[in-house]
Amino acid sequence: MAEQIVFFIFTILVLGGGIGIISTKNLYYSALFLSMTLSGMAGYFVLLNAGFLAAVQVVVYVGAIAILILFAIMLSRRMMTSSEPQTNRQTWLAAIVSPLLFIAILVLVLQVNWPVSSAAPTGDALILLGMSFLGSYVIPFEVISVLLLVALVGAIILARDTHTDTGREQ
Amino acid sequence: MEQLINWLANILENTSWWGLPADVSAAVIVWSVYGFILALVVAPMAMIVLTWLERKIIARIQDRIGPNRAGPFGLLQAVADAIKMLTKEDTTPAGADRVPFNIGPGLAAVAAILIYAVIPVAPGIVGTDLNIGIFYIVAVGSFGVLGILMAGWSSNNKYALLGAFRAVSQLVSYEIPMVLSLITIAVVAGSMSTVTIVDKQSWVNGGWYLIAMPVTFLLFFLSSVAEVGRSPFDLLEADSEIVAGFHVEYSGLKFGLFMIAEYVHALAVAALTATLFLGGWHGPFVTQLTASSPVAGAILGHIYFLLKVGVIVFILMWFRGTLPRFRIDQLLDFGWKFMTPVALLNLLVTAFVVKLFQPGVSTGMGYAISAGPLASFGGVGQTIALLIANLLVAFLVSLAVRAFARRSKAQALRAVAAVEN
Repeated sequence: MAEQIVFFIFTILVLGGGIGIISTKNLYYSALFLSMTLSGMAGYFVLLNAGFLAAVQVVVYVGAIAILILFAIMLSRRMMTSSEPQTNRQTWLAAIVSPLLFIAILVLVLQVNWPVSSAAPTGDALILLGMSFLGSYVIPFEVISVLLLVALVGAIILARDTHTDTGREQ
Repeated sequence: MEQLINWLANILENTSWWGLPADVSAAVIVWSVYGFILALVVAPMAMIVLTWLERKIIARIQDRIGPNRAGPFGLLQAVADAIKMLTKEDTTPAGADRVPFNIGPGLAAVAAILIYAVIPVAPGIVGTDLNIGIFYIVAVGSFGVLGILMAGWSSNNKYALLGAFRAVSQLVSYEIPMVLSLITIAVVAGSMSTVTIVDKQSWVNGGWYLIAMPVTFLLFFLSSVAEVGRSPFDLLEADSEIVAGFHVEYSGLKFGLFMIAEYVHALAVAALTATLFLGGWHGPFVTQLTASSPVAGAILGHIYFLLKVGVIVFILMWFRGTLPRFRIDQLLDFGWKFMTPVALLNLLVTAFVVKLFQPGVSTGMGYAISAGPLASFGGVGQTIALLIANLLVAFLVSLAVRAFARRSKAQALRAVAAVEN
């Protein structure tokens, strides 16, 4: 019972936040609603006994949204009273594509026979996760790490001003 | 469809309203309620005591007397301040954005209070023993950043916005060395659970992590002080530069919530430092007493824990009374160019030492972790090796800092000479 109530609360957070993101005209509100949605998703992970994923969700997404808002404020003019239009010229295309996408996902979800297991969870999921990362899946794990590192270095190189040497201003 | 019907029927039939398993014992419920009260009531009350303590200690440091009129030793001064705060008018600036303006302070305070959920105060007494304990602490911290940003932006005040910018850049910069030092602890303890970390600090297992890892302690403590935004890292509310930062437009109870957030967070940092580095509730006779009488052991554990927290709180106030404030560029330089590289080096060295002392483990996943070459020396040997490694790191870092200082000094001298010629 309690679990269902909590599930409803998180669903309200996720769906309400999602509607908020696309319906407000203010960029700042959209970012705040996005953080609401992603916190709700973290709540789902907690309900599914995936505490580690929930914490990752909060650190990576909710923590990053603060930075997102920061850049939104710094990069957009008249942020305090901005009312951007929510649509662009591709409204009709989006109206066709998004229901199609929804139907495609729905069909996939309904087609799969989701196995339900009554077996007890095997030990500490966190330890198993760590063992898998550094055991069976060590190569994909390292490849993703290298990919992220490349992205990081690439971002720094792109952002660096090559014309002036900022290190010696005087 | 069938699943949906079953699910709805489950809602109607299931009577375990509070989500508790059926076989929960009365003691567990009592301890849970106790932990709940501790987090929700004692932590905010601690703010009142801490403000008095801070004013008194800083006054003594600065050769003043401090509050001494209301009650014995001015003890009632903080209570009077709290009542005054409650009776103040709740103002909202004309151009403020009402909803985020009102949510901000609450979010900041809640994020600080949530940390107490995973702090073990005595053997067996902890809000909840999460297996991701220290990672959870990092996660709830990001809600605090969001609250500060909401407050700063929605106040419609340039000082508030500047304060929020500073807050975000500072908190995000210092989160990196803090997380890296937390990883170092997780590597040594082999767990992220705060309860396990405290257990590993018994003398049998190698003792306090302060002894084993002084460099990690300094990294964690300094970056935590920066995370709380206390002196000398109090740039988010630097009165002389940006009036009061993100909470300049707040009054009454909402301002009080920010004060609660700051002091509760400072106390949480002290409790966390005591948990992670000073052995938590460990002290003479606690284990023996707990074996014979859990309640007496718990009381003794409380006393040791609070003593350790008190020492850290005193150090925090000592900082505030004596150290001048950083400049914003110095603050970011210190975070990115000093703390982060040192934390990375420290993590590498610690992981290497821990691997040498790794006991053999069979993972149950098709492979086994072989024992390290020095595994037979056990926890105490590891502590000594870690201490030596940490001192080595500290020595190398001091050499690097000296070389850097000499070079920048020579550069400055050359610049002066160039101007004079």
